[in-house]
Amino acid sequence: MTALQKKPESPVAHLSAGDVDAIGRELDAIRQEVLDSRGEDDAAYIRKVIDAQRRIELASRVLLLGSLFPPAWLAGTAGLSIAKILENMEIGHNILHGQWDWMRDPKIHSTTWEWDSASPAEQWKHSHNELHHTYTNVIGKDNDLGYGIMRVDEDQPWHPMHLGQPLWNLINACLFEYGIAAYDLELGAVVAKKETSDPEFRGRLKAVLGKIRRQVTKDYVVHPLLSGLAAPTTLAANLTANVVRNLWSHSVIMCGHFPEGVETFEKSSIEGETRGEWYLRQMLGAANISGSGVLHILTGNLSHQIEHHLFPDLPSNRYAEIAPKVRDLFERYGLTYHTAPLPTQVASAWHKVLRLSLPNDWLASTTPANAPVQVLALCRLATGGPKARRPQQTAA
Amino acid sequence: MTTTFPVRRPTLRVLRDRALRLAELVTTPLLPDDYLDLVAPLRAGADLRGRIEAVEPETRDAATLVIRPGADWAGHRPGQYVRIGVDVDGVRHWRAYSVTSRLDRPDGCIAVTVKAIPDGRVSNHLVHRTRPGTMIRLDQAAGEFVLPEQLPPAALFVTAGSGITPVMGILRNLPAGATDVVVVHSAPSPEDVIFGAELRSLHRDGRIRLVEQHTDTAGLLDPADLARQVADLAERTTWACGPVGMLDSLEEHWASLGLAGSLRTERFRPAVLVTGEGGTLSFTRSGTRLEAGGATPLLDAAEEAGVLMPSGCRMGICFGCVLPLREGAVRDLRTGEITTAAPGDGVVVQTCISAAAGACQIDH
Ligand SMILES: Cc1cc2nc3c(=O)[nH]c(=O)nc-3n(C[C@H](O)[C@H](O)[C@H](O)COP(=O)(O)OP(=O)(O)OC[C@H]3O[C@@H](n4cnc5c(N)ncnc54)[C@H](O)[C@@H]3O)c2cc1C
Ligand code: FES
Repeated sequence: MTALQKKPESPVAHLSAGDVDAIGRELDAIRQEVLDSRGEDDAAYIRKVIDAQRRIELASRVLLLGSLFPPAWLAGTAGLSIAKILENMEIGHNILHGQWDWMRDPKIHSTTWEWDSASPAEQWKHSHNELHHTYTNVIGKDNDLGYGIMRVDEDQPWHPMHLGQPLWNLINACLFEYGIAAYDLELGAVVAKKETSDPEFRGRLKAVLGKIRRQVTKDYVVHPLLSGLAAPTTLAANLTANVVRNLWSHSVIMCGHFPEGVETFEKSSIEGETRGEWYLRQMLGAANISGSGVLHILTGNLSHQIEHHLFPDLPSNRYAEIAPKVRDLFERYGLTYHTAPLPTQVASAWHKVLRLSLPNDWLASTTPANAPVQVLALCRLATGGPKARRPQQTAA
Repeated sequence: MTTTFPVRRPTLRVLRDRALRLAELVTTPLLPDDYLDLVAPLRAGADLRGRIEAVEPETRDAATLVIRPGADWAGHRPGQYVRIGVDVDGVRHWRAYSVTSRLDRPDGCIAVTVKAIPDGRVSNHLVHRTRPGTMIRLDQAAGEFVLPEQLPPAALFVTAGSGITPVMGILRNLPAGATDVVVVHSAPSPEDVIFGAELRSLHRDGRIRLVEQHTDTAGLLDPADLARQVADLAERTTWACGPVGMLDSLEEHWASLGLAGSLRTERFRPAVLVTGEGGTLSFTRSGTRLEAGGATPLLDAAEEAGVLMPSGCRMGICFGCVLPLREGAVRDLRTGEITTAAPGDGVVVQTCISAAAGACQIDH
């Protein structure tokens, strides 16, 4: 893939400025319909999810007090994983988006909520709501694109370092919440610019470390101690639940912007963007996951990533209802609505990670027959320094 | 009322705080309260809530809500009001209602009586659509519309419509013969008199003298009517509660008699006198920006945009809504007075009776 503006055949070439305005108006109307009917049922929904999450977590933690008994360990770990997933996805992510601020309930409000993630709500809201949702898929602006550590686009020069990217991605998946915290801190850039003694950065770092300390104390010290003899097994259960949650949220989020076919954009292309053009970028820059109601809840309705990106502050329980209207709009304007079941999307995203870890076109042009030659060529590229790589890059 | 709190021994408090901090280690990032609320929302130490136990119709557009308050409810003085936070169509609204119940209710509940006003969002919900079992938020009772410790020898209560509520709260708790009481109440018709049967029975028993003015037939009550109906008006300490127009004319009349000091009034809504051009209202902390009309209190405009605002009576008396105005200009809707601020001035404004008068930025 390459940034939309550089493609020989743009997927939006057939749209006139008038079409783009019309798309904007139609989407505004869909949004207004939800705003007008938002009410008691929606409020009851989020309260029910929060209530269920707390009960599942309580029950799981109680079960884990007896985690020496394997069935209790299994059930407790499964329950805790689900509770942690709900807490981060359908509850935390969406409340921090301000999706429920309209209820004016101080207990369920983006300005008061704190979540079970290493990144403090305040910092995450800034990097996610203000940066990622504004600059969705704009290369060089949206850090969610590869979290600043990966090659996510053909246009980025390939470097032998990128060969390790499938491994980094896997490690990032297991430690996802810490990865998010690091990139909300812009740790990489701060270290590179040697700005680690900046007091503002120090303050934010302290907040993150304080949060990590509290989380670690809870999951790896206090709850194991409460289980007495079962301390080691409870610790293992909590560790498992945290890794499961991290892997899950990483997968869901990869599916949102990474599958093949999702577009990226040039920095200069968003200057003076109209409302219609902004909508269009969101439409092209996201992909959905199809599946059951349970899947939608467990992904925090990020399975409706397209709808979420169009309307980040509408209550998540409404995305399913507007999805057919949005899809119809895609079809009428000749745009591709990317959606597929979870395994397909995860595989597609991983395929892209793998493809881009290699020089452009390497994966596509490699067959069992020419594999030895290709591997040799790759070795030459990897060890040959920038000079050896240059012709390959200009060719791409 | 003087309340004495038992002096808790410091060691106990320290122990309790430690226990709480330990419990927070277990529940972080949530608080122990978040889990306790699942099972015991009315317990001591929780945010103050109430459960509606019964909704008793009073007239065709008024009903009494019987509320079981949370364990931390500190009681009230007759005549005071309580603020209620209730969800209407999923949105939390706060309104004040006078407590009408007897202090010695055996079930420990309190009651408020609500009159549904045309287009009123909360009052209609409470009167017509609220079911027993509903949980609401409460604040501690507040308000100065109460009898003094030293009762006056003779009292006059002038009320209209739902303005009878704080007075009923007082009458129900006044020992028989404690003072000589006259109640002048106006309502459109005899059937519209909230607590009509109870007031008439108090009159029959000689505990009060009740004068009813039915405005459908006799027109609005004016001070001249009152002077005719209550000859010894000047000798009485007077409490009045009702629509803005009635209270304004009473205050004027009492002042003209040189009796301003012996009249207390309770207002249910501020008298909005002056409006003007609005402006852009922004909040430093949340970053929210919105266009606020020149006739809309900042409080309403901000809440409409989903900003969590501190509030109290919503009519300019309790100062529960005060926030720093960092920069810009606001207009007092009651007087038209313009307040301006520049960064560093440290100006604070009551958001419930101030509207934007141009761009303004609130530190919140
Ligand atoms: C100290 C205090 C004590 C109160 N005690 C009681 C009580 O015991 N019983 C009771 O029924 N109400 C009482 N009120 C009034 C109550 O708080 C609400 O203002 C009232 O129920 C209307 O709310 P609403 O949401 O239904 O109307 P809203 O939706 O807020 O208003 C709808 C329309 O009605 C107008 N309006 C607002 N308030 C009034 C009013 N009081 N009379 C006429 N028009 C109005 C508004 O300007 C608006 O145009 C008290 C108010 C205060 C400040
Ligand atoms: S809310 Fe009471 S003064 Fe504003």
